[in-house]
Amino acid sequence: MNELVEIVGLTKAYDAKNVAVNNITLTLPRGKIIGLLGPNGSGKTTLIKMMNGLLTPNQGSIKINGQYVGVESKAHVAYLPDRTYLSGGQKISQILDYFCDFYADFSKEKALEMLHSLNIDPSVRLKTLSKGNKEKVQLILVMSRQADLYILDEPIAGVDPAARDYILRTIINNYNPEATVIISTHLIGDIEQVLDEVIFMRYGHLVLYTSVDNIREQHGKSVDAYFREVFAC
Amino acid sequence: MAWDLDSDRPIYAQLVERIQMQIVSGQYPPGGKLPSVRDLAAVAAVNPNTMQKAFAELERSGLIITQRTNGRTVTEDEEMIRQIKAELAKEHVDAFFIKMKKLGYTEQEAVELLKKKYEGEKE
Repeated sequence: MNELVEIVGLTKAYDAKNVAVNNITLTLPRGKIIGLLGPNGSGKTTLIKMMNGLLTPNQGSIKINGQYVGVESKAHVAYLPDRTYLSGGQKISQILDYFCDFYADFSKEKALEMLHSLNIDPSVRLKTLSKGNKEKVQLILVMSRQADLYILDEPIAGVDPAARDYILRTIINNYNPEATVIISTHLIGDIEQVLDEVIFMRYGHLVLYTSVDNIREQHGKSVDAYFREVFAC
Repeated sequence: MAWDLDSDRPIYAQLVERIQMQIVSGQYPPGGKLPSVRDLAAVAAVNPNTMQKAFAELERSGLIITQRTNGRTVTEDEEMIRQIKAELAKEHVDAFFIKMKKLGYTEQEAVELLKKKYEGEKE
């Protein structure tokens, strides 16, 4: 049982004309950092939401760790949504306690340590932080869990390049060889150095699933350059 | 400080070259201990899996040795390190002549230029 995620014939249509995810079949291994890449509206977030049980597929199935997506699977998936769901009025320390209650695999020590290294005071309210620091706090919450699968939806959008480096370092340093990290983003050039594999999506279809080294070897191009070629407008 | 890597070649191959260079230049001496995959991956700001792949490649070539109890060390075979050094030097020389040829220099003219440069620097 080496496969972590098994997606079979997955389809989600918001209405008859708007098929966001169209018959995707995909198997993802453990221990990889995988980029989920595609232009706007290609179905990345819809796919991610189905993996987290936030949307119900019209057809097909997703298994994580051999279990269908549900209450059980959520205990093993750490999800960073594209929009925050935390309330700004809460103090960071309260949010940490909240996560402790919610997730058995959450390490408060780890979270405090990372906050400390970023000079973020846990006693302040979330809304007093800058946009970049808010994003960092949310990433810290997600990466402080000991999950099997981390799904990060646009984790580096809207932060400065130095913060981006910090976020990528956080992902690498907390990475556990038994777990897989899926990162969805448009900023390919910034993250391709840490990716093992990439998934390309377009109009809800799976266009390509391959390793980064493959793209570089076969096409002599960076993933960024190859993406621009495949998705040229 | 993250390592500066080209974006159009496989990363592991560039890591292999980089570590080879560090061994050949004596930064990691023969028999010396190497950092762990995880630590070096963090320094280079690359995926640990990629660093692992680079180490595996270097192990296959015999340049580094994995000891179960003692982590990874550089080979003590100095002859092998010398050989790799010579190969790297040859690649650089070949690349130089290819470039000079493109500029329209014959081999002899290129050698003359090298000599001039060398003698100029001695003075």
